[in-house]
Amino acid sequence: MRWVCIVFPQLALDGVQRLHPEPDAPLALLAGTPQRRVLQTVNAAARALGLRPGQSLTAAHALVKTFASAEYDPVQIERWQQFLAAWAYRFSSQVSVYYPRALLFEIESSLGLFGPWPLFEARLRKELTELGFRHRIVAAPNPAAARVLANLYDGLAVADDAALQQALAPLPIDRAGLEPQAATALSRMGLRTLAHVQALPRHTLARRFDVGLLQHLDALSGQRPLALDFYQPPDRFDVRIELNFDVHSHQALLFPLRRLTADLSAFLCGRDSGVQRFDLHLEHAQAADSVIKVGLLSAEREPGMLFELARGRLEQVQVSAPVRGLRLLAEDLPVFVPQRQDLFDERPQQTLPWEQLRERLRARLGDDAVQGLRFHADHRPECAWQAAADPRACQGLNKVQRPGWLLPQPSPLAEQGVHILMGPERIESGWWDGADIRRDYYLVQTRTGQRGWAFRNVGQSDGLWLQGWFA
Amino acid sequence: MGAVVALDALFNGGRVWKGRPAAPPASLHPTGLAALDAVLPSGGWPASALSEILMAKDGVGELQLVLPTLARLSAAGERIVLVAPPYTPYPHAWQNAGVDVRQLSVVQAEERDVLWAVEQCLRSGSCGAVLCWPHKADDRALRRLQVAAETGQTLAFAWRALSEAINPSPAALRLAVEARPAQVRVLKCRGGLAHPAPIALAGH
Repeated sequence: MRWVCIVFPQLALDGVQRLHPEPDAPLALLAGTPQRRVLQTVNAAARALGLRPGQSLTAAHALVKTFASAEYDPVQIERWQQFLAAWAYRFSSQVSVYYPRALLFEIESSLGLFGPWPLFEARLRKELTELGFRHRIVAAPNPAAARVLANLYDGLAVADDAALQQALAPLPIDRAGLEPQAATALSRMGLRTLAHVQALPRHTLARRFDVGLLQHLDALSGQRPLALDFYQPPDRFDVRIELNFDVHSHQALLFPLRRLTADLSAFLCGRDSGVQRFDLHLEHAQAADSVIKVGLLSAEREPGMLFELARGRLEQVQVSAPVRGLRLLAEDLPVFVPQRQDLFDERPQQTLPWEQLRERLRARLGDDAVQGLRFHADHRPECAWQAAADPRACQGLNKVQRPGWLLPQPSPLAEQGVHILMGPERIESGWWDGADIRRDYYLVQTRTGQRGWAFRNVGQSDGLWLQGWFA
Repeated sequence: MGAVVALDALFNGGRVWKGRPAAPPASLHPTGLAALDAVLPSGGWPASALSEILMAKDGVGELQLVLPTLARLSAAGERIVLVAPPYTPYPHAWQNAGVDVRQLSVVQAEERDVLWAVEQCLRSGSCGAVLCWPHKADDRALRRLQVAAETGQTLAFAWRALSEAINPSPAALRLAVEARPAQVRVLKCRGGLAHPAPIALAGH
């Protein structure tokens, strides 16, 4: 059991449907020329209304008045397959998109980390369901057999070659992944199952059929390895969602936004990286895109947090025109360093790490809302502090009396009733940068009992100026 | 009234006052003012709760009450968040009081966002203490802060004007700081009767 094949039977439909807030509404995908539009795929709700693949659009409209429709786009299907490959990359380094609408990946080397196969399979299914893709999963000793068995089975796990032979034998000819011509010819010869074909002498098969048939049979039994190109995840994340209606309020954008951030998170988990900056493009029909930049102080990838941050920024934006599409672009994907956590943390379980809290505050209050505080070696009180975090511990400071609070601007203090407790202390500094001061500082007590820090400018008679409170 | 509540839980929670009270669990955060600790039922700031400090004016020693606690918290590596402080903290003075200023974070917020920011900080449980100066906080807003402090198990301090003393408050502890003479009065403390006599503030 080395290879897993995940088949996505409705990849095109799921790709469209997962972006719709109401997945149970009838939906049909359209293909064909503009003159004759044909229903390519329909979902269960649309099927219940009588819509069938292959119907023309006019016939469908005659049957049902309202159903959602979208374009059947092969490029989009390709993109979803690439996205799923990026998702699978976290489970295995050997991921292949060799077969259309399916993923192959090697798992034997991953089982030690992700647990025994039933657990691993349950996890795959859970994550795929959360992402919104229907799937069939089969594990088999070789990739070709896994793909063929996934045609018929879901949840089958074949352990070794003997069991594989038993599983392959009853496969009908037309579901065994053979070339259509070869399959037709074989069934006309009266052969029904794969076991019948495998029982034939090889040289007769070689004489009657293309070389591809024997190659396929050997690949199925594992005698001939399948040459696979392995998937390499891209260095950027760029997904856009086209909304097929005009959106005027941010409420309607939240569902697609949640999908986008969850996809970004799945992509980042696969690459084992985080995101520090990403852009949200709001696309308009006529005007240029509105770009919302979301920046974080450290690399993160938790889906709920990414969504909440993007939402916080989105809610504050005012756009001039209705939104037709949403695009999430992340170019800078630094390495994700998980947060260190204490084993014996006495805090409650639902605690939010400080980094996430800080991002949440910044998202609502503004980028500069959360700041540290550091001491700056300057005698002038205005310059003695800086709003930045200090990486180093502060050296021992001299024990002069300084007030706990500093006023933003010195304010004049009426001298009546002011009682000087200590001082003067001369501070004279700053001749080099133009903010020269010569002041005599006093510790004063006002009539109401407040203790303040006030100064008198030397050589000027403009009275006392209050600069801080000894609180 | 359908819920059955264990008597022990009621008594230990300090919601029922008994004639001969057993001492509630000793607080982990002494105020640094021994005379004040002596009259508080838990011997310090109530843990995981909102403490209110009412003052008539700025600069009457209202910060002195908490600086020893902040120094201890910051030395233990806990984060201390100041939400919309009325003035700039002077690092020199805070450092001299023993507070590691690297653990301080100052959150600048508009008037209407202050309570939201305080609640987020309290609820997150990632801060050791959250300090705030709400101007227009009513009974309901303060109750939210009190519940948030309980949820996040964080110390919350709110400084308010002395004129609020006549209004009821859900805070676990209410102190009034007076300037002349410099003293602290306990207006309310959960788990015991408020000590009637004022306590002198040293240094003021």
